[in-house]
Amino acid sequence: MFIFRSMDDKLARKLRILADAAKYDASCASSGAPKRKAGADGLGSTTGAGICHAYTPDGRCVSLLKILLTNYCLFDCAYCVNRRSSNVARARFSVEEVVTLTVEFYKRNYIEGLFLSSGIIRSPDYTMEMLTRVAKKLRREHGFRGYIHLKSIPEASPWLIEEAGLYADRLSINLELPTEASLNRLAPEKDGVAIESAMGQIGERIVQAKEERRRFSPAGQSTQVIVGADATTDEALIRKSALLYGSYGLRRVYYSAFSPIPDASASLPPQAPPLRREHRLYQADWLIRYYEFSPDDVAGAAEGGMLSLDIDPKLAWALKNRHCFPVDVNRADREMLLRVPGLGARAVDAIVKARRHGRLRLDDVARLTSGLKRARPFLIAEDFRPTTLTDRLDLRAKLAEPAEQLSLF
Amino acid sequence: MSDAAQNPSPTTEAGAIRGLHVVSLAPGADLDGFRAAVRRLIAGRIPPETVVWQSEAPSLFGIDMDRAEGAPLRLPRAVTDLIPMVVPHRDPERYGLLYALIWRVLQGERALMEVASDPLVHRLHRMRKAIGRDLHKMHAFLRFRRVPGEGAERFVAWFEPDHHILAAAAPFFVDRFRSLNWSILTPEGSAHWDGTLSFGPPGRCEDAPEGDSFEAGWRDYYENTFNPARLNLDAMRAEMPRKYWRNMPETAAIPALVRAASARAQAMIEKEPTMPVKRDPVRAVAKMAQDEPDSLEALNAVIARSEPLVPGATQAVLGEGPVGARIAFVGEQPGDQEDRQGRPFVGPAGQLLSRALEEAGIDRREAYLTNAVKHFKFTLRGKRRIHEKPTAGEVSHYRWWLDRELDFVGPRLVVALGATAVLALTGKQIPITRARGPAEFGKPFQGFITVHPSYLLRLPDEAAKDVAYRAFVDDLRRANALAA
Repeated sequence: MFIFRSMDDKLARKLRILADAAKYDASCASSGAPKRKAGADGLGSTTGAGICHAYTPDGRCVSLLKILLTNYCLFDCAYCVNRRSSNVARARFSVEEVVTLTVEFYKRNYIEGLFLSSGIIRSPDYTMEMLTRVAKKLRREHGFRGYIHLKSIPEASPWLIEEAGLYADRLSINLELPTEASLNRLAPEKDGVAIESAMGQIGERIVQAKEERRRFSPAGQSTQVIVGADATTDEALIRKSALLYGSYGLRRVYYSAFSPIPDASASLPPQAPPLRREHRLYQADWLIRYYEFSPDDVAGAAEGGMLSLDIDPKLAWALKNRHCFPVDVNRADREMLLRVPGLGARAVDAIVKARRHGRLRLDDVARLTSGLKRARPFLIAEDFRPTTLTDRLDLRAKLAEPAEQLSLF
Repeated sequence: MSDAAQNPSPTTEAGAIRGLHVVSLAPGADLDGFRAAVRRLIAGRIPPETVVWQSEAPSLFGIDMDRAEGAPLRLPRAVTDLIPMVVPHRDPERYGLLYALIWRVLQGERALMEVASDPLVHRLHRMRKAIGRDLHKMHAFLRFRRVPGEGAERFVAWFEPDHHILAAAAPFFVDRFRSLNWSILTPEGSAHWDGTLSFGPPGRCEDAPEGDSFEAGWRDYYENTFNPARLNLDAMRAEMPRKYWRNMPETAAIPALVRAASARAQAMIEKEPTMPVKRDPVRAVAKMAQDEPDSLEALNAVIARSEPLVPGATQAVLGEGPVGARIAFVGEQPGDQEDRQGRPFVGPAGQLLSRALEEAGIDRREAYLTNAVKHFKFTLRGKRRIHEKPTAGEVSHYRWWLDRELDFVGPRLVVALGATAVLALTGKQIPITRARGPAEFGKPFQGFITVHPSYLLRLPDEAAKDVAYRAFVDDLRRANALAA
């Protein structure tokens, strides 16, 4: 193969280490930025929806170049592969190196932009300044209009977050552990109060900037919590998320199943990641954001604070609230249709539109959703009534997914 | 409706054969040809059952060259949006289905597009979705390779879409890579950008460069961003079907990653925790917490280094006065003179403040004077820089510095001069006239609210000015007494 100019070996080594060190952050979204196009001398655009440029065999999307500026870190968070007491290989990019990688990868259409985070070196302020410097250089010197997500460091001075928001499309601060007690135990240098006050600052500034039509983290802010590193229940996680969405206007809360890491801490020995649990939490989160469920509804669908692993939380809620079903697709209001297992928000909107022009039969519904099999026991159509189906005791068993974990090849 | 036999077909000479109307369109996505044909067919009231659409194979009757534009049709937006998203579909029935839809809509079913459960609408929706997905995947999975050589950078990509979407996909790449020169080659045609977009003949895979200097690095990234403990091949294949793999350099890594994954994950789980090899960096960790500015001087250095939030100002204007001052005054933002001289309250309003301070018995040199916002903001009118009031967002942006500054100075009482200062100190919009006098800011110092001296300068008549000035001096006197 003809190679025009190879990427320098040192840079390649750094990239391997610092990509590996960044992968435990679940967020890779490139959505929500205002639509932008490249200027005559510039590079990059954002389409609003975000694009996944590849998928790795873990099924996760590769949208942004997700790397750390450095994985040297003064913090000692037990769950983190980069904690100061970990014996992993360390590396540090220069600002220029990150800029080069971003621009060159972008030109080849590998990525939508950059997601830059960092271990804490020297001090939170110093680290935050370095992160912002990368974003500023991309925007100013390269006219880069692609997506930039910066991890903010809550311990840094607040004016540094003010500056970061001017160049980033999204800012995020990872809560990681949902309770103060867990933070104290597993992440001694982190401070829950500082984290939430920085989220508050970012949230307030995003709202103000929108009103004043200026740029400040236009794609909002997000956070991540680790699932399975402490004893927090699903119910507590969902209630915490609802609080975060409400108080700070967060765009997304990411749930990251605690994953085995190389060189794990003795205080948090590795285990297989609870992927199914993570999936159920995302579904519950979705119900709250798009299906008009309350945290109480989700809690009601759980058993002892934990969501069932074999059925999704919407189905779990329906099975516990059978008196609300069956729902008539030709009459029920949108809110109730959204509660029917197997009907997505889009299907519900299509039903509401279509039924203005004629009564819907089961065949019609089948063309509007791909989840009819699950929806059938819960709905009434012009030519269909589930009669006894809704009350069957084995309904749960019939609709449950096989209990095995996601399989290997 | 008139009979097709009586009303000779406007489409082709062959149109009258056994009452059928044959329309021949160019291969691929012939949107213009389709539009012209539809206009003619509708004008001739030709029902869809009697139309034969030919586009994939060269027509028996030759390409229909009659592209004369008929009268435009009035169609619902939902239909006109749908058409260009279905025309690129490779299904040979696409034109017939679209024409059937248009026919029904014009026959009276104006809201047909809302009935997503209708079999025809449903099928067209699915076709639109397929095109949307094909476009999305082309935008996502296409990979450029740089053409070796000196001079301006040029990139070429080879891609094989499922449908006839090259023309529809190209604008995305123009928006994104406007400053580069590039070509996209497909088995059906090619698109080229060098400042203008043009389309050319089909390309071949071999016409693109064989490799690229950043591909190895990209593969390194791909391999290392993968988490072997989360293997989930179904999810990967659902979003990135195998048919795309051959044109994506990173996918060569997949088999090895998959083979090694479970062993890697198991090894991580079974590995005994190790002791840190390096000594705990006790001193660095302790020092880390003390990195924030620890004096007014250090803080001022940070402020002086900062860029104005709204471009234009010459320099940051720092506070002035001794640390430990009994009383501090917070204004709005520096004005033209302050921006030039780099000192607070030196313009006309500042001079008025100095006079009032003196009359109130306050020594300006012993007080601390600063502004809520540290940079001048203005609009140019001719050569004059006209002061512009800071927005709430700008005040918030600068507020941290003001807070920290006052922490270092430690005054007993802080006088907010005007609404902007109040906003900066309290986070709230409070009308000055009502709140004038002693106030509670929720801070470790007493608060006091009065007008900004520039307000006095703006009053139109002299008598009012005089009354207001007296009141201002009285306020200062009261504040001074409170600070004692």
